[in-house]
Amino acid sequence: MTKSRLTRRGVLRTGAAMGGVLATPTLFTGAAWAQDSGFTNAPTGSTVTLGFNVPQTGPYADEGADELRAFELAVEHLNGEGDGGMLQTFSSDALEGGGILGKKVEYVTGDTQTKSDAARASARSMIEKDGAVMISGGSSSGVAVAVQGLCQEAGVIFMAGLTHSNDTTGKDKKANGFRHFFNAYMSAQAMAPVLEGLYGSDRKAYHLTADYTWGWTQQESIQAATEALGWETVNNVLTPLAATDFSSYIAPVLNSGADVLVLNHYGGNMVNSLTNAVQFGLKEATANGKDFQIVVPLYSELMARGAGENIAGIPGSQNWDWKIENQLGDRYKGTNAFVQSFGEKYGFPPSQAAHTCYAQTILYADAVQRAGSFNPCAVAEALEGYEFDGLGNGPTLYRASDHQCFKDVVVVRGKENPENEFDLVEIVEATPAEKVTYDPEHEMFAGGNLGECNPGA
Amino acid sequence: MDAILLQILNGLDKGSAYALIALGLTLIFGTLGVVNFAHGALFMIGAFCAVTLQRILTISYETVDDSRTDFLGNPMTVETPYVQAWFGPETGATIIDWSVPLAILFAIPIMLLVGFVMERGLIKHFYKRPHADQILVTFGLAIVLQEIIKYFYGANPIPTPAPDVFSGSFDFGVLLGFDPGAIIYPYWRLVYFVFAMAVISGVFAFLQFTTFGMVVRAGMADRETVGLLGIDIDKRFTIMFGIAAGVAGLAGVMYTPINAPNYHMGMDFLVLSFVVVVVGGMGSLPGAVLAGFLLGILESFASMTAVIDLIPGINQIIIYLVAIIVLLTRPRGLMGRKGVMEE
Repeated sequence: MTKSRLTRRGVLRTGAAMGGVLATPTLFTGAAWAQDSGFTNAPTGSTVTLGFNVPQTGPYADEGADELRAFELAVEHLNGEGDGGMLQTFSSDALEGGGILGKKVEYVTGDTQTKSDAARASARSMIEKDGAVMISGGSSSGVAVAVQGLCQEAGVIFMAGLTHSNDTTGKDKKANGFRHFFNAYMSAQAMAPVLEGLYGSDRKAYHLTADYTWGWTQQESIQAATEALGWETVNNVLTPLAATDFSSYIAPVLNSGADVLVLNHYGGNMVNSLTNAVQFGLKEATANGKDFQIVVPLYSELMARGAGENIAGIPGSQNWDWKIENQLGDRYKGTNAFVQSFGEKYGFPPSQAAHTCYAQTILYADAVQRAGSFNPCAVAEALEGYEFDGLGNGPTLYRASDHQCFKDVVVVRGKENPENEFDLVEIVEATPAEKVTYDPEHEMFAGGNLGECNPGA
Repeated sequence: MDAILLQILNGLDKGSAYALIALGLTLIFGTLGVVNFAHGALFMIGAFCAVTLQRILTISYETVDDSRTDFLGNPMTVETPYVQAWFGPETGATIIDWSVPLAILFAIPIMLLVGFVMERGLIKHFYKRPHADQILVTFGLAIVLQEIIKYFYGANPIPTPAPDVFSGSFDFGVLLGFDPGAIIYPYWRLVYFVFAMAVISGVFAFLQFTTFGMVVRAGMADRETVGLLGIDIDKRFTIMFGIAAGVAGLAGVMYTPINAPNYHMGMDFLVLSFVVVVVGGMGSLPGAVLAGFLLGILESFASMTAVIDLIPGINQIIIYLVAIIVLLTRPRGLMGRKGVMEE
């Protein structure tokens, strides 16, 4: 009855040891940042290197792949290849397709894995080993905040990718960091009037919220905005980021007295929680004598694809949509030029993650060109308070006090009968920038300090 | 009361998945003595069998429709699945609609084959090696399989809906005399539970009532003696590995309408299933099933708002907490027998 080579204790021990090894974060030893030319990684030869730090593995890998496509396209256009994309429509004419300050643009890529420590390690490696003078990309606010802090210390510019937490340009803002993407507060402000129009001002909301920086600020923002309409907040339940089955969180919703479910979820979380909510009949249910409704404050085309037909009719907000120029006109010029060059190259329309990364690369290059220097402090100065147009979002301001872009917010709904696999959302309206603009000292953003720009050396 | 009943129902379908995976894990553990960390990947491959069949059934031919334009303004290419062209639009649509149940037939041979190749090709060579080696190699294999799936299918979840007839939910509460709307339960989760019970009964019946099963059980209890009787136990154990892979795969196929599958879903279930096996008692098949349902239900209860308000964070640690308590009070697990897997 015995097997000498197999013991429960041994298996448990090795299992535990394995877990420990897997949980150990990647450790990097530091090296000197500074070089001799006045600022970190001052380009000396005929080329300049940019670092694109995107999730290439892990749950947001598809989003990262789309960001990378956009970066490649932007580099092509900066170097004067291809059809020039949004460079043709961009309000600044500093860039002429001859690289940046006459230097050919090259790039290196890193994998954030959507983990803060891995993202910092890959950014650090691109700065130290590859000499990247700017870091961009990413698809999570946790990562963006971590990498922004690293770039501040290292003395390079960070052009954030997709990050939607208020904290990125709120309490965690940094002088070397810039965000083109909108944020949770703006989503909430843009959505509130639309929600009132669709569902009235007498509603009771139940929130499910991803338990990390983005989820918290998203929930806080939408709760404040809907309560200002007269909505009541019945409950807010925090769900672990690693959760895959949300049925036990969804099931109690219908008996809670709520008649709206707000899903402050993103990525796989959102796909699964929405699917579960639809399975439990919430879309067809009635509560308090009204039709039950589901709201997803932050939308993404890639997620809409994952959620399939469950997304139909559900409202949300986006930073940009590839159909916006066709539907809302010339104000959003640049959109069609970008969709054209992206679509020709890759065969499908770009996501909002791709758009923001493309725009950030162009904005950085343009700022360098106008400043006449790669010095991060000169670049930051050129970006601060900069007003531009023709990058697909309409007139946009890069506000000096917090390095946040202010532009129109797109409110969308899941399309009821999509014509093809790209046609998943319909634009409800574009909320003008002034309606989503806030004071830099607003309580949801207070507590941070840009600090001094750091050139490194 | 209705809230409690609802969470029990919720726990049943999660528990079904845990039980099916843990059953396979413990079968492999009990027969071959290998801790198979790639077992979650088998669950994931099963789910992707459903995705693959869905893709095969929707292979389409393209026609250009000049009256409409695509997103670049070029004439639109319209795709029509071959299945609809061959069997008529309605029959074709029904076949596509039923792709998940049909995927069961598709998955069985594939999973048996995957299991067979995995055991003969790799795991066989690690029988005589220490556990750490076995865990490392199977864990590595799981990562490789995961990355292969990601390479072909991407990282985003892929919607794989249930047939239309099972897509809604029904009012379970009314059947039990509660107010309407008190207990709403999706049809497919009920289907999943019934399916899991059928598979579990099938495996138990196979082991209990067939000669093959009898020999396997004898081999699990005392491999050497069975070998001395002139029975090629290794061959039978290989077949059991295939069956275990099949069970995990079927669990995956049927799970796809509950949560859209992605390449990472196996890992999400693996660690929990390993805990289920430990709690149930290593090598004990009924223990694995019992612990699977028990932990599924407890996890559901722990996510109730009332419980979280009382003990914040309990929903994230409940399973491990139970595992610790069980190991402290019953070191062999709930149904582990003395002498099995011990020196």
